Amino acid sequence: MDQSSIDKLPKGWKSIPNDLGSDQTAFKGVQWGKAMMWIFLLSDTFIFSCFLISYMKGRASTVVEWPNPSEVFALDFMGVPVPLLLIAIMTFVLITSSGTMALAVKYGYEKNRKMCGWFILLTAIGGLTFVGMQAFEWSKLIHEGVRPWENPFGAGQFGSFFFMITGFHGTHVSIGVIFLFIFARKVFRGDFDTGRRGYFTTMKSDYVAIEILGLYWHFVDLVWVFIFAFFYLW
Amino acid sequence: MSDEYEHKLEAKSDYTTDASTVGASDIDSVPEAEVADQELYHSHSWWTTYVFSQDAKYIGVQYALTAIGTGLLGLVLSWLMRIQLAFPGLGWLEPAAYYQFVTMHGMIMVIYLLTALFLGGFGNLLIPLMCGSRDMAFPYVNMLSYWAFVVAVLVLLASFFVPGGPTGAGWTLYPPQAITAGTPGSDWGIILMLVSLILFVAGFTMGGLNYIITVLQLRARGMTLMRMPLTIWGIFTATVLALLAFPALLVGCLMMTLDSMLGTSFFMPAMVSLGEKLSYDGGSPILFQHLFWFFGHPEVYIVALPAFGIVSDLLSVHARKNIFGYRMMVWAIVGIGALSFFVWAHHMYVSGMNPWFGFFFATTTLIIAVPTAIKVYNWIITLWRGNIQLSLPMLFSLAFIVTFLNGGLTGLFLGNVTVDVPLSDTYFVVAHFHMVMGIAPILVVFGAIYHWYPLITGRMLNETLGKIHFWITFVGSYAIYFPMHYQGFVGVPRRYFEIYESPYIETSTLLLNQFITIAALIVGAAQLLFLYNIIVSARLGKKSEKNPWKACSLEWQTPQMPPEHGNWGKETPKVYRWAYDFSVPGAKEDYIPQNVPPSEVTGAKVEKT
Repeated sequence: MDQSSIDKLPKGWKSIPNDLGSDQTAFKGVQWGKAMMWIFLLSDTFIFSCFLISYMKGRASTVVEWPNPSEVFALDFMGVPVPLLLIAIMTFVLITSSGTMALAVKYGYEKNRKMCGWFILLTAIGGLTFVGMQAFEWSKLIHEGVRPWENPFGAGQFGSFFFMITGFHGTHVSIGVIFLFIFARKVFRGDFDTGRRGYFTTMKSDYVAIEILGLYWHFVDLVWVFIFAFFYLW
Repeated sequence: MSDEYEHKLEAKSDYTTDASTVGASDIDSVPEAEVADQELYHSHSWWTTYVFSQDAKYIGVQYALTAIGTGLLGLVLSWLMRIQLAFPGLGWLEPAAYYQFVTMHGMIMVIYLLTALFLGGFGNLLIPLMCGSRDMAFPYVNMLSYWAFVVAVLVLLASFFVPGGPTGAGWTLYPPQAITAGTPGSDWGIILMLVSLILFVAGFTMGGLNYIITVLQLRARGMTLMRMPLTIWGIFTATVLALLAFPALLVGCLMMTLDSMLGTSFFMPAMVSLGEKLSYDGGSPILFQHLFWFFGHPEVYIVALPAFGIVSDLLSVHARKNIFGYRMMVWAIVGIGALSFFVWAHHMYVSGMNPWFGFFFATTTLIIAVPTAIKVYNWIITLWRGNIQLSLPMLFSLAFIVTFLNGGLTGLFLGNVTVDVPLSDTYFVVAHFHMVMGIAPILVVFGAIYHWYPLITGRMLNETLGKIHFWITFVGSYAIYFPMHYQGFVGVPRRYFEIYESPYIETSTLLLNQFITIAALIVGAAQLLFLYNIIVSARLGKKSEKNPWKACSLEWQTPQMPPEHGNWGKETPKVYRWAYDFSVPGAKEDYIPQNVPPSEVTGAKVEKT
């Protein structure tokens, strides 16, 4: 584009709708799948926001006292109850898996098939560890008498919100883990180098798919940070 | 008019330059392609061609037929309710059946007919064609979306056959009554309803992502956002609303499912039922109302915005005149969409809330009337001095404007807390929402079907049958709903399954009830004419020429009509103008399609878009 036509473009605020609204693509150079994942995540953000806002409302309006989180979630370590011990480890593992995912994306774009595959596998194992520890925490709480409809520590809504929201998040992590394993296999098989077609979608494989999966994985981590803050620190 | 013209000139894009100053090759230039041509899925078997089709056009028709089929059930349910209301002495319906029919009628019409038809049906059919794409971005997921919708419908219909029947909680499904003994379908029916809604949301999300991304990332060369037909703007904005509003419904449904099945108390306060204290304790019924209406109000616009968009196009094409204030129309659609997230609690004035909240929500509700009124004015000015063709789509569009105006005005009454409180829970509300989100969008649906039927089948619908259908539907729906306004004013309560003569209810309303029912039966029966027309014309209708309405938008410019798989043959179209170049001074024909290059119409005084 020459200077005279650049000068004719709108300036300031007007340039934003003008740029977004220009030919063919609103997000320049962004593969459609990536944009689609971002919009899905926006929608998913609304789901988790609704959950957390409902939780705040529920917790604020119970007639019975809310259980004390630092006691309920404490873990006995060498005979001493340590608050937030398990959850700290879980959070650490999940955040670390976000780091390995980022590395997988980087190696993917470098077409370093092996490293990419290993890091995806590492991420999957991190996610699996997280889900495993969550299962452990659930069974510990259930063992102590916490149920979705009642618990010995205080308001019944505690168990309701806890199991529902961590369960919904855990489902997200599990789905992510399944896809991570599938993608690890695809990477090692070389699908993304040869552009092999998807079994269901019949679309050509492309390394951008790993970044898209990465977006999802980072989102799941980010949501966990909020759940962590609202359930364990409040 | 001249001001508007100036404004357009000022808001010019940098692509189209003045025809008089540069050579022909330059004025036809369109920016380089930004994305590679889309690779298409080609079906190989009968199953993948006719059942699990991945072609958006075909999915759109599948969506539309399923939605209309479900809608017919909703229509029959309304007949049954009206007979009960008019002749309570007959003992036509049990009270439980009446409430079940009310609930199913409401939910079917709002979600499974209108939402699915506008977004799933027209969205799939029109988005790729009008944007100049070959298909949706992710056809496989688009196909899954339709089949999730089918499963949702089947689960919903299954609730008629479970013990206790479908839920009778009202379409708003308010707890605690929705899952408490005494409400019809409180154990099986409500769960199937909730599961069906969850499936619908999941399926819709898959489709909705496709609609948004196709509009944002896969348009034809030269198709800037501000050249898109308003139909696409309406469907696009409605889809964005749906993706942000349905989460609240999903969460509400999940929580109520848990309340019902696991005995959690999200929405359930401590209650005594049938002399026994229930195990529920400490939940908040109002929380569900907030979640439901945070979805429910945008839902009104999810239905209305596509209707706004489609009617703008129909008016423009059939009045042979460009749409007045295109940019204003676009911003009004976007503005209404954004505002619709800040008005939800006006459905809850009588639920009990802080007066300041009532004040806030009444204010936002009245503000949303401003962009809406702008749209109505623009439609009317579009017609002004237009070359109005009284074709069927035009008739339905005109009927829409009147009906929508009517429903909008009663909306102003109900938006104010002090007026709403006495009118709420009367037939005035029933009349209002049926006018504004029942009749008005359905009129657009009819107009749109008469308009785009040739695009799907290559044949025209029968004009005479259509005219009969139009007049019965239009006049008949006023015969149904006008009296209801009066009934509401004199205080006839809604939700009562039988209304006898009593000191509290005017005698006139009893007679009116019979009048309304007869009108409803006739209007309903007239829809059979429409169905007959659709079915028979597909085979025997008059063959349509290629662009029967002489429209400018891309869907009529495909090499074949009806368009084939991939829509555009070898090359996707290049777009040089907006979709509204009608009756341009100096042009040979009274319309210039979007893909006609400027060098072919050098004499025409085209507005720069």
